[in-house]
Amino acid sequence: MNTATTSTMLPTEWRDFFALTKPRVMTLVVFTAICGLLAAPGTIHPVLGFTAILAIAMGAGGSAVLNQWWEADLDAGMKRTANRPLPGGRMRRDDARDFGVFLSAVSVALMGVAIGWLAAALLLGAIIYYAVIYTIWLKPRTPQNIVIGGGAGAFPPMIGWIAVTGEVTAMPLLLFAIIFMWTPPHFWALALFVQSDYAKVGIPMMPVVAGERSTRRQILAYTVLLAPVTLAPWLIGGTSWVYGSVAAVLSVLFFALAVPVGTRARSEVDSMTPEKTLFKFSIYYLFVLFAALVADRMLAANGLIGPGVLG
Amino acid sequence: MTPDEEAEFKRRQKSRNLVVGGTLLFFAVLFYAITMVRMGD
Repeated sequence: MNTATTSTMLPTEWRDFFALTKPRVMTLVVFTAICGLLAAPGTIHPVLGFTAILAIAMGAGGSAVLNQWWEADLDAGMKRTANRPLPGGRMRRDDARDFGVFLSAVSVALMGVAIGWLAAALLLGAIIYYAVIYTIWLKPRTPQNIVIGGGAGAFPPMIGWIAVTGEVTAMPLLLFAIIFMWTPPHFWALALFVQSDYAKVGIPMMPVVAGERSTRRQILAYTVLLAPVTLAPWLIGGTSWVYGSVAAVLSVLFFALAVPVGTRARSEVDSMTPEKTLFKFSIYYLFVLFAALVADRMLAANGLIGPGVLG
Repeated sequence: MTPDEEAEFKRRQKSRNLVVGGTLLFFAVLFYAITMVRMGD
């Protein structure tokens, strides 16, 4: 690590510790966790609801810190990540590791004490899944790393839901499945237009290992597979037509944007507009889908819509 | 350590101490609130 002498003498800025938790990624984690919490049947005291979200955010932050601790050398080799606190030489590597372990441990303990040990066990599972199974084990070994990594991001809404209900049912598992299936087309679209960065540090991203053509086909395949999973909460009667109609429209739009990405080939001078459009849309897709889920459940809870497929 | 570095050292140390202190205070209040809510269950 290229830690400058002056930097090692000075205490690390607290902002660098905060930056290590990937606050931007955490906004999506917090949003989906809140959606899971609000959409779940039943009620939770606002203090406990806040604590559950805080614990999930801290767990996500802790695993993000451990991820950057492990990948500090790789981050140094990529333009996008070279100025992070560790490769930038603004923090000792051991401090990052200790901070990540501490944050993760506190998040699990907080969830267990305040909410319940089922939610805490799932949070611990999510942290281990991301920091160990994904970051250390599978990310450097398989081009399917993103598919597996998607599982880590899929935990928050499920944990949010289970924090309220205290049990694992079909709906939280479907919320998990939605993000799991959404991640590959979302991330591979990004990987198509930043692939040179990943190739440089030897991470076996799909476009680098299997080639662009295969990646594009798989983006299309996962988009097709995502549609029934997204519609499933409506089809099993877990939501009403409000969510169902939004999910259907979003699925059609996602497919319409994925088709050009899945079927075209890169030209010599290519602005990669379809890939960039798909990537941006995929973020809006998730926000709107989960917002629709919450709106649906709120309307149902207030008796404004009935249950069932056409309710 | 030059005077400038020493001033920067103290500034960083102070801001970190404030953040840690604020965090501890926040958690003290949070745990009090959690305890009150759980006792009411």
